[in-house]
Amino acid sequence: MTDTDDIRSTVLAELLRIAPEVEPEELEPATPLRDQVDLDSMDWLNFIIALHTRLQVDIPESDYAKLVTLNDVIGYLQNKLQA
Amino acid sequence: MSASQKITYREAARQALHEALTQDERVFLMGEDVGRYGGTYAVSKGFYDEFGPDRIRDTPLSELGFVGAGVGAALGGMRPVVEVMTVNFSLLALDQIVNAAALMRHMSGGQFNVPLVIRMATGAGRQLAAQHSHSLEGWYAHIAGIKVLAPATIEDARGMLRPALEDPDPVLIFEHALLYNMQGELPVDFSGVDIRHAAVRRTGKDVTLITYGGMLWKALEAAEQLAKDGIECEVIDLRVLRPLDDATIMDSVRRTHRAVIVDEGWRTGSLSAEVTARIVEQAFYDLDAPVARVCSEEVPMPYPKHLEDAALPQPEKIIRAVKGLFGKTDS
Amino acid sequence: MDEGTLLEWKVKPGDAVKRGDIVAVVDTTKAAIDVESWVEGTVHELIVQPGETVPVGAVLATFAAQGEEPKAAKAPPVPEKPEAKKGGKKTAGEKTTEAEPAPAAAPATPPPVPVGRAKFSPAARKRAQELGVKPESLTGTGPQGSITLDDVERAAKATPAAAPEKSRAAEMRKTIAAAMARAKREIPHYYLGETVPLAAATAWLAEYNAGRAVTERVLMAALLLKAVASAAKQFPEVNGFYRDGTFTPAPAVHAGVAISLRGGGLIAPAIHDVDSRPLSEIMPALADLVQRARAGSLRSSEIADPTITVTNLGEQGVEEVYGVIYPPQVALVGFGRVAEQVIAENGAIRIVPAVRASLSADHRVSDGHRGALFLAKIRALLQEPANLAKAEP
Repeated sequence: MTDTDDIRSTVLAELLRIAPEVEPEELEPATPLRDQVDLDSMDWLNFIIALHTRLQVDIPESDYAKLVTLNDVIGYLQNKLQA
Repeated sequence: MSASQKITYREAARQALHEALTQDERVFLMGEDVGRYGGTYAVSKGFYDEFGPDRIRDTPLSELGFVGAGVGAALGGMRPVVEVMTVNFSLLALDQIVNAAALMRHMSGGQFNVPLVIRMATGAGRQLAAQHSHSLEGWYAHIAGIKVLAPATIEDARGMLRPALEDPDPVLIFEHALLYNMQGELPVDFSGVDIRHAAVRRTGKDVTLITYGGMLWKALEAAEQLAKDGIECEVIDLRVLRPLDDATIMDSVRRTHRAVIVDEGWRTGSLSAEVTARIVEQAFYDLDAPVARVCSEEVPMPYPKHLEDAALPQPEKIIRAVKGLFGKTDS
Repeated sequence: MDEGTLLEWKVKPGDAVKRGDIVAVVDTTKAAIDVESWVEGTVHELIVQPGETVPVGAVLATFAAQGEEPKAAKAPPVPEKPEAKKGGKKTAGEKTTEAEPAPAAAPATPPPVPVGRAKFSPAARKRAQELGVKPESLTGTGPQGSITLDDVERAAKATPAAAPEKSRAAEMRKTIAAAMARAKREIPHYYLGETVPLAAATAWLAEYNAGRAVTERVLMAALLLKAVASAAKQFPEVNGFYRDGTFTPAPAVHAGVAISLRGGGLIAPAIHDVDSRPLSEIMPALADLVQRARAGSLRSSEIADPTITVTNLGEQGVEEVYGVIYPPQVALVGFGRVAEQVIAENGAIRIVPAVRASLSADHRVSDGHRGALFLAKIRALLQEPANLAKAEP
């Protein structure tokens, strides 16, 4: 699964499981995710674990800094899946 | 509104027989004391003089013998109406009814049918004690090869005999002994009834009371009282105990979601058990409460009045059973 | 909390139960709580039925101890009147039915049977599925307490799905209000603050996590929790309960974790024995607790027995937090945001990650001096993270 739309829908689905109050269509893809969604470090870890489980992508802690916006996350996952 | 005449159940049964004897020469009546005495329940009073000893035949006290004679006459082309005094005595004739009448068409490969009608009284309530008071029609409803009718109303007492005689196979008619003196209206232009369907005698939305014969009137009385408490009962008169009219029963139970069966027979292995099983088989997912039954207590019918009353289904017992299905019991 | 509603039985009569097994789910004003067994034995009788609301302390079920002959052997005990049980503390109705004399005496309606699963009429079950009504939201008014069509339709009309959530939030707000008002009314709080450098801890965690699968990674929150518990072990006056004018120190540290719930509200259930378990066990326990707290499935003991509470508000961006103690506890440790700070040390200026730690403590039980030593101990422990990760540093 490398299609951008598929990855986007997976990311949004997992985000929604952690933060059910989120309205996906209101998320700004280029604005930092944690400015828009109330995610603490436990939520973030669960989000990363969920993406890891769904997409079989390993996301080292040192890469967290690259995952700021929704677009960052999708782009990062796409690169990993194509590699 | 059409005109009607006020008659008794006995008179209705008498008119039916009179009509049959008058209209079809093949019809004759046979049984204990039906001739000179006029019938134990006076249904054939006057017939002996009117139709003569060939067609109104007094028999010896031998149920097996005269029921067998009826089977033979039917096979020979006649349309016999055999009267057995009560269902209790019909046990003596079981072999002729079950092994001969019911099986003949099958055993002869369809060559011989038995167009026999057997009438008998059933039920308790007249202090006639155990050997004259039981309700064994449920047993006969078990037997393949016959039809079993239970007229509970004036119209059915008047109308069921004709289709029974027209039926090519044996038909048993059970007349509840308590009903003979009941009075009711019969339309002057009465045109007959079928012997295929159960009848809804009262409509209601909350619970279905399923009954037949003498118990119909107790069920209707219970329904009347329950209506005052805000419970609307639908009352089904089975009319035909074999074959059962499943469609009418299920149609009602699917609307009311509750069923109480009132059967004068004993509970164990009874017709009420058969009806319960069919409801559970066919309407399980529409039930909102367990199916309940009101039957006779499992004792030989007592002679003393108060004990006989206590042993039989009564309106109060029916009311209690119905309320039990709504989570409110009077104690 | 002074009453609860039984939602569901997880056991049935005859089941063997060990201490700690979850036997029932009870709805309280705060959450749906899994009730654990305090005893070992065999379930004898379930007394309270799902849907019933009973006061705290009411007998929910009876157990037969190992080797004890269950009394049911004679005849099934029949509760005399279901309504009577709501009154509370009486044990299983010991009234027994007469042995049935003969099938002849079969009553018109069957006798009440001992309670097992909720009785649902077939029609009601079907209708509940069609309407999407949750069985646990139903109370039976039919024969033998069964749930009928009417019950389902009444429930479907009465509850447009969101309503109970709203009242849950309102109930929780009331509970928090009562506890916090009591705390500020009764507890003479004192407050201390301390900056804790986390250079060593941050570096150690980064290295620890780098080599591990995502599911085994440890958060700073877990390390902070472990530091508080290990320090509290040495300062009994911050770990325990103040009741009726007397302080009772707790033998172990059950660290209450303040968890904010999505959609509002706060709950602080405990992770047990944080002082004596290694970090590798604390982290999964924390993850599990947060997940279950938010899903509304906490255990009774977790709610009941935190001995000290830790709140971590730095995630939301504040530098420091001075919390309100949750009575009857006597202390609360707060952490602000972990961020780089300028720290003067040995005549030099360094820029290191650090956090503001605070202590709110009960002046009836401890004094500022001991409180300061407690905070200093937390600071010291966090400077040696590898050691802190052990069961008992």
